[in-house]
Amino acid sequence: MGLVGLRCRECGKAFPVSPVYACDECLGPLEAVYDHAGVDPAALRARIEAGPRSIWRYADLLPAPHDPEADLQAGFTPLLHARRLGEALGLPRLYIKNDALNPTWSFKDRVVSVAISAARRFGFEVVACASTGNLANSVAAHAARAGMEAYVFIPAGLERAKVVTSAIYHPTVVEVEGTYDDVNRLCAQIADEYRWAFVNVNLRPFYSEGAKTLGFEVAEQLGWRLPDHVVVPIASGNLLVKIARGFDELARLGLVERRPVRVSGAQPSGCNPVARAFRAGQAYVDPVRPQTIAKSLAIGNPADGKYVLEVVRATGGAVEEATDQEIVEAIGLLARTEGIFTETAGGTTIAVLRRLVQQGVVRPDETVVAYITGMGLKTPEAAEEASAAPVRIPASLRAFEADVLSGRRADAAQRAPSLITR
Amino acid sequence: MAVTVRIPQLLRNLTNGEREVQVEAATLREAIEALDARYPGLRQRLLDGQGELLRYVNLFVNDQDARLLSGLDTPLPQGAEVAIVPAMAGGC
Repeated sequence: MGLVGLRCRECGKAFPVSPVYACDECLGPLEAVYDHAGVDPAALRARIEAGPRSIWRYADLLPAPHDPEADLQAGFTPLLHARRLGEALGLPRLYIKNDALNPTWSFKDRVVSVAISAARRFGFEVVACASTGNLANSVAAHAARAGMEAYVFIPAGLERAKVVTSAIYHPTVVEVEGTYDDVNRLCAQIADEYRWAFVNVNLRPFYSEGAKTLGFEVAEQLGWRLPDHVVVPIASGNLLVKIARGFDELARLGLVERRPVRVSGAQPSGCNPVARAFRAGQAYVDPVRPQTIAKSLAIGNPADGKYVLEVVRATGGAVEEATDQEIVEAIGLLARTEGIFTETAGGTTIAVLRRLVQQGVVRPDETVVAYITGMGLKTPEAAEEASAAPVRIPASLRAFEADVLSGRRADAAQRAPSLITR
Repeated sequence: MAVTVRIPQLLRNLTNGEREVQVEAATLREAIEALDARYPGLRQRLLDGQGELLRYVNLFVNDQDARLLSGLDTPLPQGAEVAIVPAMAGGC
């Protein structure tokens, strides 16, 4: 039971469990293969429910063993019924999966936790990644925890906060002059020559599986039930594909009742190769040169674009895009309706959700889950425009009454007078 | 045009272990034909039956993605470095 091997996603050729990522026949990507024959669903469910409050409660369904020495307890983040945002959008059963609440404040901790465990199992001493920022944060932190040497490669010009939040763990931060796609290509070339564990290159078959836990958790938190529709941000596309895979695995194992889950994807207009391919009816994604404030989604050549298109089309979802302006507005909307401060990727998800509701793709009768994958403090620049300006006053009651009370929101001011009369 | 082609690990069984191969070619397509002439079998690992680049093969000319240039018709300047990168997974 558990992981039994790897398989080429294109030609199906089988490989033993090892740190290989490309097929030697067709050069296609590899994925994990499990054998869950004879698993008792009730016993598995009980094991999960008794497990740690982290992704490792799903260890039976992951491709690496739990490694407490390298574990920062990623996952098991809140699923919130978003009543006020739902009201604003016309969705009474809207839920937010707040995955900003992870050890390094993005969903990357899930995939990195799995990858680091695999890296240690394979005896790697150096761990590395190509990153738009969040992944670098997570790799640097997990490497520190595990006592491994870390190299994180990022495009030069990232948000300052996203550099500091890697550098503090003392990896070697390599700023590459170019886009994320340049960084990614360079890392593929380095991984080809040196025995380093690049979590999202040569360990990708393991790493990518960690994203399934965002499907598992939502189902468990809904009371072992699948939602009707999920909206997921797209960078490489792996997250979206693996959330759908997570739902499918639970149904195949008998942990939830099988029902169709529509899967929709969100991209910024400044990096929209999958949205464009979706609209054009193409089976493949043509690369673009990104130009967007949503830097964590700025992958012009998304590795899993083709698989995203397959999942979205098969489930009756859509891939939609949002402009930089809409993204900033949506960051503000989520913050002031639900008290959740997300980064630009989360703004993209909410902005696209809004468009999909307007288009009638996401419907009011559906149980909808929007995935918020990163936190706002990492991209404060993007949030400033959507923020309320402070009201500065002298320390006097008169100034408070003149400048603060007079500016109360209209809806609040309509309520009964709030002066205390005793 | 003399150009240098970097061969990834997965294809080095075809190039007798060579990491870098020099060929004469004016375009990427010509470079692949020249490689195949020297190391038979390389062509079919990179191109499909219609002579188009396989989906999971990425070619770079002086670090520029050929898909963002002119694909297999991309001209090769003198001394160009061509990189073959398989299954460029990457991404977040």
